Amino acid sequence: MEVNGTVVRPLDLLDEIVHRHNTEEGAAIPILQEVQNTFGFVAPAVLERIADLAHMSATELYSIVTFYAQFRLQPPGENLVRVCTGTACHLAGAEKILQAVENETGAREGGTSPDGKFTMERVACLGCCSLAPVVMLNEQIHGRLTPEAVRRLIKAVGRR
Amino acid sequence: MGAPKIVRVGLATCGIAAGADKVFQALAQELTGQQDVWLKQTGCLGMCHNEPLVEVLTPAGESYLYTKVTPEKATDIARRHVLGGEPVRDWLFDDGHYLAKQKRVVLRNSGRIDPESIDDYLEAGGYQAIAKALREMTPEQVIGELEKSGLRGRGGAGFPTYLKWRLTRQSPGRPKYIICNADEGDPGAFMDRSVLESDPHSVLEGMLIAAYAIGAREGYIYVRAEYPLAVKRLKLALAAARERGFLGENILGSGFDFDLKLREGAGAFVCGEETALMMSIEGKRGMPRFRPPFPAESGLWGKPTSINNVETYANVPWIILNGGEAFAQYGTERSKGTKVFALAGTITRGGLIEVPMGITIREIVFEIGGGIRSGREFKAVQIGGPSGGCLPASLADTPVDYESLTQAGAIMGSGGLLVMDDSACMVDVAKFFLDFTVKESCGKCTFCRLGTKQMQAILQRITNGEGREGDLELLEELANSISRASLCGLGQTAPNPVLTTLRFFRDEYEAHLYEKRCPAKKCRALIRYQVNPDRCNGCGLCNSYCPTNAISGEKKRPFSIDQNLCTHCGLCFNVCRHEAISVN
Ligand SMILES: Cc1cc2nc3c(=O)[nH]c(=O)nc-3n(C[C@H](O)[C@H](O)[C@H](O)COP(=O)(O)O)c2cc1C
Repeated sequence: MEVNGTVVRPLDLLDEIVHRHNTEEGAAIPILQEVQNTFGFVAPAVLERIADLAHMSATELYSIVTFYAQFRLQPPGENLVRVCTGTACHLAGAEKILQAVENETGAREGGTSPDGKFTMERVACLGCCSLAPVVMLNEQIHGRLTPEAVRRLIKAVGRR
Repeated sequence: MGAPKIVRVGLATCGIAAGADKVFQALAQELTGQQDVWLKQTGCLGMCHNEPLVEVLTPAGESYLYTKVTPEKATDIARRHVLGGEPVRDWLFDDGHYLAKQKRVVLRNSGRIDPESIDDYLEAGGYQAIAKALREMTPEQVIGELEKSGLRGRGGAGFPTYLKWRLTRQSPGRPKYIICNADEGDPGAFMDRSVLESDPHSVLEGMLIAAYAIGAREGYIYVRAEYPLAVKRLKLALAAARERGFLGENILGSGFDFDLKLREGAGAFVCGEETALMMSIEGKRGMPRFRPPFPAESGLWGKPTSINNVETYANVPWIILNGGEAFAQYGTERSKGTKVFALAGTITRGGLIEVPMGITIREIVFEIGGGIRSGREFKAVQIGGPSGGCLPASLADTPVDYESLTQAGAIMGSGGLLVMDDSACMVDVAKFFLDFTVKESCGKCTFCRLGTKQMQAILQRITNGEGREGDLELLEELANSISRASLCGLGQTAPNPVLTTLRFFRDEYEAHLYEKRCPAKKCRALIRYQVNPDRCNGCGLCNSYCPTNAISGEKKRPFSIDQNLCTHCGLCFNVCRHEAISVN
């Protein structure tokens, strides 16, 4: 892997993250968050190593990873589509948006498309209620969508 | 050389989503290097329906607000108004009503200052309240001022803030902690995000004052993971405050030490509950525990802890600077001050509003919100999200204060206020919230874990047209048991959306149950899509969209829908350009 232009071994990176946080009390969640930010997901083997380094039980780490919706045990697709299903979006037709995304990407809710291009998630609220319905595609929020508009959006990204 | 013209662009999440960053770039292209012009980013002005927003301030202090600005319009505004001196009248915001009924305490700096600049905050009177507290007031006097103000927690429960602080102060354990609850998980609520994105230092200053009053040297801000911009701006604010000596040791030479850590949530709604939140900071699964002991006695790591909401803290510097009495002049007998609401739904003007307590729902919906969009009928407001309730239009004169809302069956909640027109199905809305609580229940209490699932199943069958005699009574019975047998607010209030809709919209439940009919035409199993042959010109667009190939026909002749194949997804209805598809 490459970080700031230098090649580093993933394991070194992992160890460094754990050691940096480990002096803090209650560090398990920040460690897991940084690991996921770095590698995209927390692989089971990675959990074992964190447990060893941080003197925690792997069971405990699993219980945390499975409790919090943010953590992924599987690698995500190239693009992350988050469909907001907050109240305003629900009333503005979020289910139809969700379905259009499923149809267009081939990814089921919470899953990744067969070609690995898209992971699709449902989120409780992105807090852009006046722009409902909204979708967050990677880091960018798109609002006032129609099923048609979201299909176009996904097509455009998929072609890249 | 005169004072500069200031051009401000609202760059909070909603603004950016609406394209404000491109507007900013367009302005920068025209204005960079210009003498006497200062292009600034700022936070949220609260007018989401009008984003992106650009404000031009003249040296004489006049303000011109442009709404729904595109990059092209921005270029024009820069050339004609900022450089040319001639306002572009056609694009100016001309709706004073939106702001006339509002009072800005919490949002005093939002949309005015650059949230990434501590100097901007200082210029707006920032960190003067903590200076005043440290130099002129004892901790007890600070708490006394809060008592006079009547401030109650804005995170939902409305507990008097001064009392929480006093109890934590008097608690014998050491060290003491304070926490800012920025987990804001209610769908439809974005008040706290907006405050953090637009004015993070106000929250830090409020926390400093709280820490001084309570005797805490360490604190945490627990912020929701889905708020990347808020996290970024908080980090910048923390670094700047540390650099200027507002955080750290011997703050302002007073001998008072305090520092803050930022913790990001990991996507669990229940972690907004205070005991669960502390579990999460401790690095565990965020599951609520029984109270007492209350956090004031035994909170984070078993130490006395005071936890407050973002908005609660943002009120504090204002109260210290202006006095508790000045704050208490707003609001009602028992609900003082203002409340920020995220106003959304099918209204004309939506966004972030701050109103004095005691204002009626009607004033919010019609005077601030401009009434229902596209001429439909106002049906209900949902207040308080998954813990709250739906109040019908007939109760629109209910004043917005803690007691009146609770009495009416809703709650103040954290500030989500969703307006619905007659296209909303109230059974569907109740089910929506229950789906949410079922997903977010942590599973600790049986009634919350399984009872909500049972309620969800019943609502599912009612909306599927498979409801049974006695279902409504069963819902009420379950609701009652769940409220009584759950440990935390999540379970205790989870039945509220169902109970209030049953109370005020029972006829809709009955239509689903007995007539197999969804009056709002929302519930998929109870509606039929049909092609109106007189309007259909046979373009085939619907056919190309139908995911189940339920639509067939010959080009240029009316198409038809096979009801056996149709899944009622409504795509055809949405794409048809000739309004040839009807729903019954
Ligand atoms: C399920 C649940 C979720 C909650 N979520 C939040 C939240 O997101 N933000 C918040 O400030 N309070 C939330 N609360 C309320 C907190 O438990 C607590 O009362 C509040 O943070 C206290 O701050 P305040 O006195 O300033 O209102 C939640 C409570 C429950 C039961």
